Amino acid sequence: MDISSWDGTLSSSDFCLAAHAFTEKWKRINPVLPPWSWVPRPKSPWLASHEEDHDEKSHKGNEEPNCLGKDEYIDNATLVQSYRQDVRYFDFHIVYSASYRVPVLYFRTYSSDGQPLLLEDIEKELPGNSTNVLMESKWTFITQEEHPYLNRPWYKLHPCGTSEWMKLLFLTDPSLGGSQGVPVELYLSSWISMVGQAVGLKVPLEMFNKRKE
Amino acid sequence: MDVEAMGREAQKYVWEGAIPLQIHLHESEVTTLPHPSPALVLAPRMGYLPLLLPLLKPHFSSTLPPGVDTIWFEYKGLPLKWHIPTGVLFDLLCAEQERPWNLTVHFRGYPGNILTPCEGEDSVKWSFINSLKEAAYIVNGNCKNVMNMSQSDQVELWHSVLNGNMETYQRVSSKLKLEKVGDQYVGKPNSNLLKSRTNTGETDTGGPVKTGRIPVRLYVWSVSKDFDDLEDAPQIDSWDQISYMNRPVEIHREEDKCFTLRDAVKALLPELFVEKTLIDEEIPRIELEEESRAPSDDESNTRNEEDVEEKQGENVECCCPSDDAETKLKLVRIQGIEPKLEIPFSWVVNNLMNPEHFLHICVFVKVPQAKPLPHDR
Repeated sequence: MDISSWDGTLSSSDFCLAAHAFTEKWKRINPVLPPWSWVPRPKSPWLASHEEDHDEKSHKGNEEPNCLGKDEYIDNATLVQSYRQDVRYFDFHIVYSASYRVPVLYFRTYSSDGQPLLLEDIEKELPGNSTNVLMESKWTFITQEEHPYLNRPWYKLHPCGTSEWMKLLFLTDPSLGGSQGVPVELYLSSWISMVGQAVGLKVPLEMFNKRKE
Repeated sequence: MDVEAMGREAQKYVWEGAIPLQIHLHESEVTTLPHPSPALVLAPRMGYLPLLLPLLKPHFSSTLPPGVDTIWFEYKGLPLKWHIPTGVLFDLLCAEQERPWNLTVHFRGYPGNILTPCEGEDSVKWSFINSLKEAAYIVNGNCKNVMNMSQSDQVELWHSVLNGNMETYQRVSSKLKLEKVGDQYVGKPNSNLLKSRTNTGETDTGGPVKTGRIPVRLYVWSVSKDFDDLEDAPQIDSWDQISYMNRPVEIHREEDKCFTLRDAVKALLPELFVEKTLIDEEIPRIELEEESRAPSDDESNTRNEEDVEEKQGENVECCCPSDDAETKLKLVRIQGIEPKLEIPFSWVVNNLMNPEHFLHICVFVKVPQAKPLPHDR
């Protein structure tokens, strides 16, 4: 794929590749942080379970996988005011959108007693630059929509601007690709460096190191 | 009547289509005696349930407990997703289409852990425009046309949906240049449809690139126990029983071959079309199955549950010896119709799609009696 004619999107099979590369790298570089795991789309009930292998190969491109990660954030502000430590749980899912042909970040957040937290509360606790990213960017806004597979409301970073800023990112960053084309393996790391900012998800710098071990 | 005229008829039929609803207030919200009678309303197929609030509130207001209204609906205990068009909900949840459709309305106690929040007409409008943008992105590779709509056009478009006004809708939406799908029947080459997958956004002629992708939302309801009559179909008591696929269909053109509705369903659900599965296209109506089964049904007369699977082997719908591992496509329903699968997909899309430019397809499938599959949550 030549970068200059690339439109910033990727196919679902490329997403598979990118996701596996991302998951591996994350595990390698951040053994301490909660890992990402690849969760295939809940199987269509009409496929008998013994056909699982056949499934993976023949439905390449039909798989719409989730990546599940957990990050634990301790809310320091509440430490000061209350007597008890409030722990916030975040679940992040990266789901491929067949419509926009890009990954989409879904997340939910809840306290230790399972009580879901409101977006306004989350935004208050985000580090300063996150709210800036959200406010200033016409490309990033958070909506509450149904999770594509879990039939529950989750927060979602809207994907309609993703392809544009991914293209921009790859064009302007010389360390990403260049004349060799778009390195699919780096797509997710780069993508998450952008969207992560909007939701306070920290991505370690080593994730952007192209060197393969 | 030529194909074009038939298409216009179909569109009119769909736009004017309405579901008769009999709406009961949930008893927990009834504070007066006697209980209020149910409200009878005609809900537009292309509309959305929360938009019925202005009709329902006056009917029930005198009996509601104090508080703020957050309207939501349920059907036999299943909370209804408000962002799905009313007609689609009816087609999907009522296998045997009951008329009037009996629903329960709530004005309190919104189940925020199950349903995404709905703050009245604005939420519904946002969801509609959002879907329209998504459809535009699928068809054109970008949503500029929707984003650049003038405020007055957007208002007019939304009102045309609210009021079920097809003429206004068609006039305003034509400005969006979401062109009709090329008719594969008419052999004229439509190379625009087969542009490469890389969307460059602009062609030499300056117009948007047609990606050849059609916005489709597919709802698959699968049951492990077969049923002959729709009225015997089991109840859907959780949305987890329905597989939802929001995936565009890419039209592949072959020489002299029409891309049919069957091809589209096959593209989305390839696993339903392995050799063992046969779809009865000659007799789409389930009732006719019974008539044709009778003469061939001389092997087993007992109709207990275990035999049902074996018996399928003798009916017209499947000519191969059946076993427990058989999957069967029972029904394909679009806008309340069960179209023949041979119909050109382009015709189906152009005439049966919803105003947000998505074609909603409900599919009923009978699945093998396999052990339950693990679901990762």
